[in-house]
Amino acid sequence: MNAKKKILIVDDSEMNRALLEDMLSDDYEILEAENGLVASQILQENEMDICLVLLDIVMPVMDGFALLELMNRKGWIKNIPVIMISAETASTYMDRAYGLGAVDYVSRPFDERTVRHRVDSNVILAEKQRDLSARLAAQIYAKEKDNRLMIEILSHIVEFRNGESGLHVIHVHAITEFLLNQLSKRTRKYNLNHKLISLISNASALHDVGKIVIPSEILNKPGKFTDEEFEIMKSHTLEGAKMLKDIPFRSDEPLIKISYEICRWHHERYDGRGYPDGLKGEEIPISAQVVALADVYDALTSRRVYKPAFPHKQAIDMIINGACGAFNPLLSDVLRECGDELYLKLQETSQGDSSAAEIDSTLARTLKTEGTEASDRTVKLLEHERTKFKILSELSREIIFEYNAEPEMITLSEWGADYLGMPVKIFNLEESSFATKVFAKGDFSALLQKLKTASPENSSIIEKYRLDIKGVNTWCKVYARTIFSDAEPPVLEGAIVKIVDVNDEISEIKSLEHEVEKDYATGLLNRKAAKERIDSALSDIGNRKFALVFFDLDNLKEANDNRGHLFGDELLKHIAEVTKQNTRTEDVVARIGGDEFIIFMEYTALPEEQVKRIFSRITQKFGDFNVSVSMGVACADGEVTDYKELFEKAEKAAYSVKNDKKNAYRFYDGSMANVLKNRGVR
Amino acid sequence: MTVKECYEVMKGDYDDVLSRLRTDERIKKFLIKVLSDPSFSQLCTAMESENMEEAFRAAHTLKGVCKNMSITNLAYSASNLTEALRGRQTYGDDLEPLLKKVKKDYALTMACIQML
Repeated sequence: MNAKKKILIVDDSEMNRALLEDMLSDDYEILEAENGLVASQILQENEMDICLVLLDIVMPVMDGFALLELMNRKGWIKNIPVIMISAETASTYMDRAYGLGAVDYVSRPFDERTVRHRVDSNVILAEKQRDLSARLAAQIYAKEKDNRLMIEILSHIVEFRNGESGLHVIHVHAITEFLLNQLSKRTRKYNLNHKLISLISNASALHDVGKIVIPSEILNKPGKFTDEEFEIMKSHTLEGAKMLKDIPFRSDEPLIKISYEICRWHHERYDGRGYPDGLKGEEIPISAQVVALADVYDALTSRRVYKPAFPHKQAIDMIINGACGAFNPLLSDVLRECGDELYLKLQETSQGDSSAAEIDSTLARTLKTEGTEASDRTVKLLEHERTKFKILSELSREIIFEYNAEPEMITLSEWGADYLGMPVKIFNLEESSFATKVFAKGDFSALLQKLKTASPENSSIIEKYRLDIKGVNTWCKVYARTIFSDAEPPVLEGAIVKIVDVNDEISEIKSLEHEVEKDYATGLLNRKAAKERIDSALSDIGNRKFALVFFDLDNLKEANDNRGHLFGDELLKHIAEVTKQNTRTEDVVARIGGDEFIIFMEYTALPEEQVKRIFSRITQKFGDFNVSVSMGVACADGEVTDYKELFEKAEKAAYSVKNDKKNAYRFYDGSMANVLKNRGVR
Repeated sequence: MTVKECYEVMKGDYDDVLSRLRTDERIKKFLIKVLSDPSFSQLCTAMESENMEEAFRAAHTLKGVCKNMSITNLAYSASNLTEALRGRQTYGDDLEPLLKKVKKDYALTMACIQML
């Protein structure tokens, strides 16, 4: 971070900004914005760095109130103090600004000492606040960690004597917390809030602390207890309770009270048949009820000296069926409905992790409820995540960008920006060259529309667009994942978008499509494909001129009859080949059936030369076989612009040749109108 | 012309600006910036096209700039026009003399600053 703190000055008058900058630039780095919108973009970028905003009210595009409202929605207002600098002195204006979270006011004309003093003191104030909340966070963290450690040490001592692994305490803790959270969703009866849940879960670790006074021969006896032994064993509840009660100081600490309940009553049963006091139903505190269930579940699913481990499902069934004593029906319901979830959670719970995760969530909750804001620690975590994201996106060598909905902007990965020759930050999306050059017209707006109409349940978007990547049209797949706020209803905050080049994939499909268009025997286009291409050329004819050439072989039957069908096929292939060689790639050449071919080609002055050349090439000898064709030509020269009509005319011209002397070409003219009326378009 | 003399001619408050901005050098630096401030020409354009909202904004900015530089006379006439324009939708003849006064004061102020 820079040594100089950053201040953002938002005022539409360059003069005023300069004046303030002059007063403040000795001590601060100054960022300037001429309206609220520009300011919001700068804030989005530098949220963590800006220590104060000086804000005018009356501005074009987006005024000061609108910026304050945005800062509220974004939560920036809680971390960044705003001082109003408007010439508006009406109290209604100021009330509104204060209401929106502005901290102070500097009236015009600006007085250097006043400006500096107000800015300095507000920066220091905000800094102290941040510092305090960071310290608070650190303290809570340390305290939670120590507390937990002490409890864990204590309960491990108990378990050590018990010959257990130490996992029991951790499992009971996790199960207790899970059950309480589920229970708090179903009923308000027990006033379960985060604080209480956390307290009970922590206290659960002490449930067997009384076992410390039970002789280890009894504690670890593999076989069945005698009645006398069982009585001794049962006393661990009262012994544990007594220990807690006898703690000389702080006996009204909630943790001690709850631990007492748990120690004493975690072997009571809902039907009154438990021990030591035979409490019934809701006489048993909820803390003890839940820990009892957690204790039983974990005991069932773990191996003990006197029993094997039961599988999860069987344990659940045993508890619900009352094989281990009666439990609160509400708790049985929770277990029945969320048992599988519990199982998965326990699988995930590894010792150290759970503890750290738990402390983090306690910390987050505490900070949230105590009203302090993101601490330095969370800021650091966030920074860490950002760095991670950045490195990963650079490494992947893919074009990745982050879309931010308000203010609307895009941040490209550095590699992506470099690759596309675009800036990393893009504002004014619709007019940016990213939206107009990289994306084809309308595609980008369509993508944005898709993002905006996504929902949290349906947050993934995959689209295919043709993008201009370094001047090359490239098919790309665009994968987007939208991000929504926690608010109700959820608001779109932005999206992460990845662009993947799928050009090779698409080209392959295109070439497959091309295969389908081909005439199998000759490799020329088939009739359908030819018609499509001709239609498309004619629909956009402009001033261009086209000729349609239709021809068929006069003597294919003779070839087939005299030399065999194999030769006939060879002949057709040969004609196709020659035609192809003597036309241009942009011409349409097709076999439309049997021995009939068409050529559709553009010409400039007159088509006769082209036609003549093609005709003479086709009719050269194939080996010693004399190739003879009847060829007709029709021109689309402004009058005829319809495929059907063009085709019919070319066909008529060809048949007028065939009816006459064969082996020639002829252009259509009016005299042929009645030739072969019975033949329709193929 | 000294800065003090300049303020006397354009009817500004030299003592006030000096107490706030501290040095003649700085006052002069910003007075010169007033020359290139676009709000006056924006005001004139907006008034001609009877764009009341823009006119209000420009008059408001001009007022702010003048207040900052203690150009009391122009600040006062700009302020009068600003208040007449506040919340206004349509042009009216009553604006004419107010704008005229702003133009007159502006001309004087510019002339003075240019002589610095």
